[in-house]
Amino acid sequence: MFIQCKSALAALILVGAMPFAQAADKPTDPQIAHIAYTAGTLDIEAAKQALKKSKNKDVLAFAHDMVRDHEAVNVQALDLVKKLKVTPEDNATSQALTKAAAEERAKLAKLKGAAFDKAYVDNEVAYHKQVNGALETLLIPSASNTELKGLLETGLKIFEGHEQHAEHVASMLK
Amino acid sequence: MRAMVLSPHLGLSLALVVMATPVKAETIQVTIDKLVFSPASVEAKVGDTIKWVNKDAFAHTATVKNGWEVMIPPKKSASLTLKAAGTVDYFCRFHPNMTGHIAVAP
Repeated sequence: MFIQCKSALAALILVGAMPFAQAADKPTDPQIAHIAYTAGTLDIEAAKQALKKSKNKDVLAFAHDMVRDHEAVNVQALDLVKKLKVTPEDNATSQALTKAAAEERAKLAKLKGAAFDKAYVDNEVAYHKQVNGALETLLIPSASNTELKGLLETGLKIFEGHEQHAEHVASMLK
Repeated sequence: MRAMVLSPHLGLSLALVVMATPVKAETIQVTIDKLVFSPASVEAKVGDTIKWVNKDAFAHTATVKNGWEVMIPPKKSASLTLKAAGTVDYFCRFHPNMTGHIAVAP
């Protein structure tokens, strides 16, 4: 009993820190589509918060880039799922990502000025690292449809660019 | 029919005219597809134009650090005429993992 409780607790902690860690089973294509779309939407929401709160021109330019690119990827993703007649399916990973992002947004909402800028950009670096890691090790290898796999691979290249861009902005904020 | 036959002499003078004309400026096309500049490395001369054709659904730039920048909107193309000799490395400001190289001869 004690061991079970402890592992359940450990699992809970993992869910909070690493939404992808709990996805032990190989996700299906409808789940992968949902995760990828959700991850993009969450980054757009984060960028929109930054566009409202930040006054730093580099941060604002970065946030604009995130909205533009992620909206473009998501349009392609929606077109693809329509074409493939796949209905994106909600799943534990999408839910964990959404929960973590809501918590981050609430944390950032309390910050202002340079403190907000730094926290937003640092989180963007971490978020893109996490999503890129998941794409590389879990989502792309698990995708069975070649077109979905191709879109995820293009997405990975875009998001790796975002990660570098975010790191560059972070280095300028210091 | 006889008029159609070029004398060897006329052929030679035509060749001389062609050689005397300055080398015409060219347009060199670089395609952007799935976040890759292709070819990644091109050779050009001063006066040549580089035309980037963006096949992606994403906006890209060709940016030289402390130099020029060309914005290439999604599914569009954009051009730049090379004004100075030298080699330049460029990248996409939005996706810095995209890089390209141009060697510009005088």
